[in-house]
Amino acid sequence: MISKELEVLNRAGIHARPAAEIAKTSSQFASDIFFEKENMKINAKSIMGVITLGATYKTKLTCIVSGPDEKEAIEAIENLFQRRFEN
Amino acid sequence: MKEFTVLDLLDLDLKEHNHLQLTCIAGRSGLSRTIKNAKIARPGLALSGYFVSFSGDSIQLIGRSEQSYIDLLEEKNEYGNIEKLFAYNVPCFIFIGDYRPSEHFVELAEKNATAILSTPLESSDFSRRLYSQLDEVFAATMTIHGVLVEVYGIGVLITGDSGVGKSETALELIERGHRLISDDTVKLKNISDSFLIGSGENPMLAHHMEIRGLGIINLTNLFGVGAIREKKQVELSVFLETWDSSKQYDRIGDSLTDTFLGITIPKIVIPVRPGRNVPILIETAARNERLKKLGYFSSKEFDQNVLKWLESEAARKMYFSDDDATGETGIDQ
Repeated sequence: MISKELEVLNRAGIHARPAAEIAKTSSQFASDIFFEKENMKINAKSIMGVITLGATYKTKLTCIVSGPDEKEAIEAIENLFQRRFEN
Repeated sequence: MKEFTVLDLLDLDLKEHNHLQLTCIAGRSGLSRTIKNAKIARPGLALSGYFVSFSGDSIQLIGRSEQSYIDLLEEKNEYGNIEKLFAYNVPCFIFIGDYRPSEHFVELAEKNATAILSTPLESSDFSRRLYSQLDEVFAATMTIHGVLVEVYGIGVLITGDSGVGKSETALELIERGHRLISDDTVKLKNISDSFLIGSGENPMLAHHMEIRGLGIINLTNLFGVGAIREKKQVELSVFLETWDSSKQYDRIGDSLTDTFLGITIPKIVIPVRPGRNVPILIETAARNERLKKLGYFSSKEFDQNVLKWLESEAARKMYFSDDDATGETGIDQ
């Protein structure tokens, strides 16, 4: 299991499009991927869930990954956050 | 958990019979104080000077008798106990009825930054409403990946792996006249260790659904207000999984349970494969659950009927057969 703190770097925060990107990226991996914020724990593979986090600019989220491809998964997600969810 | 402040208490969006009808009449700077527990204190004894086991971190409710005692103290210019009460940094004072505190009391509240709230309700009624709200606020919560629907009045929590068809199942159930509480993320609350309440994590985003291929849809607009609900007691857990022919599924139906936050509810596991109508299975399970609540357990009654019938068959056989056949019925003579 890997747990890492990620920061939202785009000004608009995680709205529908970034959430879709996160879900798309997460779904490529077999590992279970969760985001934690306050007392919410949300499946990264679900778009509505990720939007529900209400992550605004500079919000810190804890990403918890566990499974066979956890290393690749956390790397891909971290990369996505750093790219500000842009391709 | 996020801190619950006095301002949050004022902001609680409650309706009709739950409405606390609170207004802040003084000490606005104290609205940011946090309420740390779900208790309500009546500071009568404290006002009279007895502070042993006084709960200073609870909401202080000033009913009619406390009010008249405060008047009495103020008449005699004895502010000692009132000041001491403020020194405890209580979250807030709530005055019952149309009583308004004296100028000096208000001054103390401003000085100590303690909010004074007022409600026109009677203290018994107000306490009951406040307790039930605080119970919800301080309840243990968890969020779970699943869909919560109300089927024939039963709150059904549908869980399962991503892509197994939870949302599609819920959509079909809504189409058949049932209601959606939340899709994807369900917030569960343990209410006084006796039942589970499920709702959406965020009321602004609830009642939307993400369906692969369709995108995000708004169910309230598509199906009308009759197709949604804000919260519902969770009474049945349904787990959807892809059909695994090597696995043994429950064939009689009364054995499985699921536990959330320490509360156990009945569970069914539905194996999904193309062509299986999952919504109708869930509908039937919900009907069956209602029957159970009425005291009728289909599977148990069925089993009893079978036993009765076997017994009578055995008796028949014994009656019609000759002596040497009696051994086969297995009934002692």
